[in-house]
Amino acid sequence: MINLLKTTLLLVMLLVPLMARASLEIVITEGIDSARPVAILPFTFNGSTRPTENLAEIVAADLMRSGKFSPLASIKMPQRPAKASEINYAAWAREGVEAIVMGQINEVGIDRYTVSFELIDVLKGNSGPSSQMLNAGRLVTSNEHVLDSRETTINGSQFRQYAHRISDIVYEKLTGERGAFLTKIAYVLVRPNQEFPYQLVVADYDGYNEQILLRSKEPLMSPNWSPDGTKLAYVTFERRQAQVYIQDIYSGRRTVVSTFPGINGAPVFSPDGASLALVLSKDGNPEIYTLHIATKALRRITNNRAIDTEPSWSPDGKELVFSSDRGGNPQLYSVNLASGTTRRLTFEGEMNLAGAYTPDGSTIVMVNRTQGQYHIAKMDRQTRFLQVLTRTSLDESPSIAPNGSMIIYSTMHGSSQVLALVSMDGRFKARLPATDGQVKSPAWSPFL
Amino acid sequence: MNLNKVLKALLITVPVMTLAACSSTSSTSADDARTSGAQQVTDTVQVETAAPVVSPAEQMRQKLEALRQENTIYFDFDRATVRPEFVEVLEAHGTFLRANPSVRVTIEGHTDERGTPEYNIALGERRAQSVVQYLQNLGVSAGQLSTVSYGEEKPVDRSRTETGFAKNRRAVLVY
Repeated sequence: MINLLKTTLLLVMLLVPLMARASLEIVITEGIDSARPVAILPFTFNGSTRPTENLAEIVAADLMRSGKFSPLASIKMPQRPAKASEINYAAWAREGVEAIVMGQINEVGIDRYTVSFELIDVLKGNSGPSSQMLNAGRLVTSNEHVLDSRETTINGSQFRQYAHRISDIVYEKLTGERGAFLTKIAYVLVRPNQEFPYQLVVADYDGYNEQILLRSKEPLMSPNWSPDGTKLAYVTFERRQAQVYIQDIYSGRRTVVSTFPGINGAPVFSPDGASLALVLSKDGNPEIYTLHIATKALRRITNNRAIDTEPSWSPDGKELVFSSDRGGNPQLYSVNLASGTTRRLTFEGEMNLAGAYTPDGSTIVMVNRTQGQYHIAKMDRQTRFLQVLTRTSLDESPSIAPNGSMIIYSTMHGSSQVLALVSMDGRFKARLPATDGQVKSPAWSPFL
Repeated sequence: MNLNKVLKALLITVPVMTLAACSSTSSTSADDARTSGAQQVTDTVQVETAAPVVSPAEQMRQKLEALRQENTIYFDFDRATVRPEFVEVLEAHGTFLRANPSVRVTIEGHTDERGTPEYNIALGERRAQSVVQYLQNLGVSAGQLSTVSYGEEKPVDRSRTETGFAKNRRAVLVY
């Protein structure tokens, strides 16, 4: 009973600061049991002014949210070693833990801290009694169990950022794939009761450090990141007509790039950042165009009486995937920008919309409508096998993490529009409920 | 309620209100004996009222007011075809716009929250354009008409129910 109370108290203490600071708080809804157990030990601290952010907690949350790891709860940790030499490998192996992150923080000046950490492979550490081996007939101490170790000096405001950096390193060492924890998301927040209900927001990928970049009385739509991560293109109705703007997220400078009669929509930066693909209806109905940002040169890509919209670039910039209802219902098509050759890509389901390539170009992620239900799906480009990934309702606006591991999208939870995450294999699912307002149109940043 | 009913109701209520106003002033200033005498008089004469003089500007304002009451037409899912029940509404707007060529109207196209935001922008524009086409066929000049599609961004009902979706699939004529 007392133990239960202690656990509850711990949980409450852990959750309270999270809720107070983040307006997006992640709730894991599915798939944690398939994850690999790891342990993130609390960092030891030497100094007088303890930093406000808890490095180990941030790293553990990152790794858990990736869906690939299951960080051991601190009450289940068999020991609290201060140095790698004190690790009882057998005890950790018994808990199924395959890797340990441990480190220390030394206060070296006013608001200056040196942070060092090691990533230790429990299985390799456990294999030899003292991690010794024969090399050319001589017994040497092996450091093979230390997968990585780093040291850096930061100030007090950089702890969250550095924690995400540690997560990136750990993730890459253990999976072989680049981590996407040091990234941001942009989204539109709708707070109907406020004077400026439509808000363009950027936040860390985990919802922290939320910053409102623009407040408007009229709708804002479709934010999209420039490949260098410094600018957003988006649609605004501030003049009671659709216009496309590019805004520098650091200086706040905004430039109108498209203000034709009718639709100015769905802007997407090309992989080289020089052009936008977008949708204009100035010639009568929605068509895909490319716009060279510096020269303003416009090139019409589609020419069809149907709706053509939602362009998305292939990673090599040679192709666009887009939605069209030229065949009756909206389906995905691709167009080669050099030859103009257009092919229909999807045939399954009543509708397929909002297609986007994964960073490796092998897969297309989309919104699929089957039996009236809108879900996020993916299709292998070679096999054309289509797999529905989500079970939430009214799913839309999928955006893929720059390492291709996760999709963030907008969905319904109760009567609110919220953001949700699903891993590319569909096994891990999490929800990011907003404390206030409707959240839509998420866009995952490139690597920053 | 359809537009004709609104107009008819106005035609009836305005004179009735005028009459009511007259009778109430007379009753407060008259004693019982004179009122009964007046009643006898009404048996032998018939009193008619002249229609109040309304300036053309005032007439237009009244008509606009009536049109604003009935300015929304609704669509089927993923469709932009004007349903027959809204023909009368559009004819009333068309008649007014033809008679007042200086008046401009913006047709807003909207969708329900199903599907994707950018596809819905396209669908909303298609709805607004089918209203424009209808009004042009009635002889309204293209210069009086403009469109804007808000897609699913401005729902009137956020319940995400079938009823809510039906209310959101609309085109609105905004003067």
